[in-house]
Amino acid sequence: MSLPADHSISRRDLMAGSMATVVAGATPLATATAATGSAPPTAGTPAAGTEPITVEVTFEVNGQSHDLVLDTRTTLLDALREHLHLTGTKKGCDHGQCGACTVMLDGRRINSCLSLAVMHDGAQVTTIEGLGQPGHLHPMQAAFIAHDGYQCGYCTSGQICSAVAVLAEIKAGIPSHVTTDLQAPMQPTNMEMRERMSGNICRCGAYSNIAEAMAELAERAA
Amino acid sequence: MMPFTYERAQSPAAAAAAVARNPNAKFIAGGTNLLDLMKIEIETPRHLVDVNRLALDKIETTPEGGLRIGALVRNTDLAADPRVMRDYAVLTRALVAGASGQLRNKATTAGNLLQRTRCPYFYDPAQPCNKRQPGSGCAAIGGVTRSLGIIGTSDACLATHPSDMAVAMRLLDATVETVKPDGSTRRIAIAEFHRLPGDTPEIETTLETGELITAVTLPPPLGGQHFYRKVRDRASYAFALVSVAAVVQKDGSGRVALGGVAPKPWRIEAAEAEMPKGASAVMALLLAEAKPTPENAFKRPLSERTLATILTQARS
Repeated sequence: MSLPADHSISRRDLMAGSMATVVAGATPLATATAATGSAPPTAGTPAAGTEPITVEVTFEVNGQSHDLVLDTRTTLLDALREHLHLTGTKKGCDHGQCGACTVMLDGRRINSCLSLAVMHDGAQVTTIEGLGQPGHLHPMQAAFIAHDGYQCGYCTSGQICSAVAVLAEIKAGIPSHVTTDLQAPMQPTNMEMRERMSGNICRCGAYSNIAEAMAELAERAA
Repeated sequence: MMPFTYERAQSPAAAAAAVARNPNAKFIAGGTNLLDLMKIEIETPRHLVDVNRLALDKIETTPEGGLRIGALVRNTDLAADPRVMRDYAVLTRALVAGASGQLRNKATTAGNLLQRTRCPYFYDPAQPCNKRQPGSGCAAIGGVTRSLGIIGTSDACLATHPSDMAVAMRLLDATVETVKPDGSTRRIAIAEFHRLPGDTPEIETTLETGELITAVTLPPPLGGQHFYRKVRDRASYAFALVSVAAVVQKDGSGRVALGGVAPKPWRIEAAEAEMPKGASAVMALLLAEAKPTPENAFKRPLSERTLATILTQARS
């Protein structure tokens, strides 16, 4: 397991460490490596037990390739947060209802909580960390700051990933529930932004400012 | 979530055989419904057969002039296909009325047909549910039924089918193509695909054990004006209280199917002969057998008014 680059102990690391102490001594992982080459990858053997079954997974996150050995149950979200320590992507409801876990998978936004990491062997994932960093923000990150598109910030990385994808979806001609004419070019209207962002919940209610941030970028791109 | 073994299927028939030989195996495609249910251990497969890499993600025109939609075509791609937007707009409209952008990017055509009910009692393991645990009873009967079915339900189950897409598929007379574990294939009319609950609500479709959906085909376009009107508790990202899919022709004839009211997309062809007479006449036949509870009796007038709105819109 790799540590964050600066090795400093954050509140999160301290809590994770305490948890590990509590569960130490639990059943060791039953490792069964996936077959390689042309054979179909099969993790483990059909078993009725309750022991975890692990599998090797390789995917690219923010341009960097990662080889992981994961419990088959590991969601893409947990792989990002718990194994790669990319904690910008948040776990909200963990059931695909809130959008806090939104990332780009092979260029499309998805709920990373409702997808197994093992299903994405060979995939390319972009998280909020890969969109931009302090000092070289993605224009959507800068627009969220300029328009005050958040309050507590917990949903923000999901909102920004979704917002970037929404503008791309409108450009690609993907229709939405509020698109009136399916044969006309899609327009980045306020109603379109609101409808298309409905899978990202914000308890603080920053919606109108998020829509303004998106509108600014849509206008700039037009 | 229960631990499970995992394999990546190499062919549709191999996938079907892999699920057929293991009683605790399930297919996984988009996973947006299955994983949700696995997290709360309503679904507890011990082996997953991942079908995502099978080449079932194309939309092709058929020799008859219809479309053959691969089982793995994502909801977003189906909704945005120019042929679907032009010739089967009711399908695009139904798809984009469902779920969120993120979920539609992952959810597949076959998976959408196979999604489980959102009945709150099905989702609550502390409650009896004949669908979740056959023979345990139905907590919805005598419970909170506002969102539940008014027709096609039984003394064992009041659940509705939650799909929007399936309502449009039923309206368009789609056909479900499958492969069985022995490699043979068959075609199932969408009208025969979903089952009514009767006393076995746990059996939701006519698929056999291990049978895998490979495609859904659409007959040649119907023409006419296409509508999908969904009424729900919030304007976006919610399941239907009632939805109405309709195709209306210039002469006032057409087709109607309902979502949100029954265990399957609800369409009775005989009721459609009444379309020129108006929504009330259609619903008198379409919902003649309805047995609503006092809490969900509103779904009947709501269905009628929603169709009336469509018919008014079609005339304008």
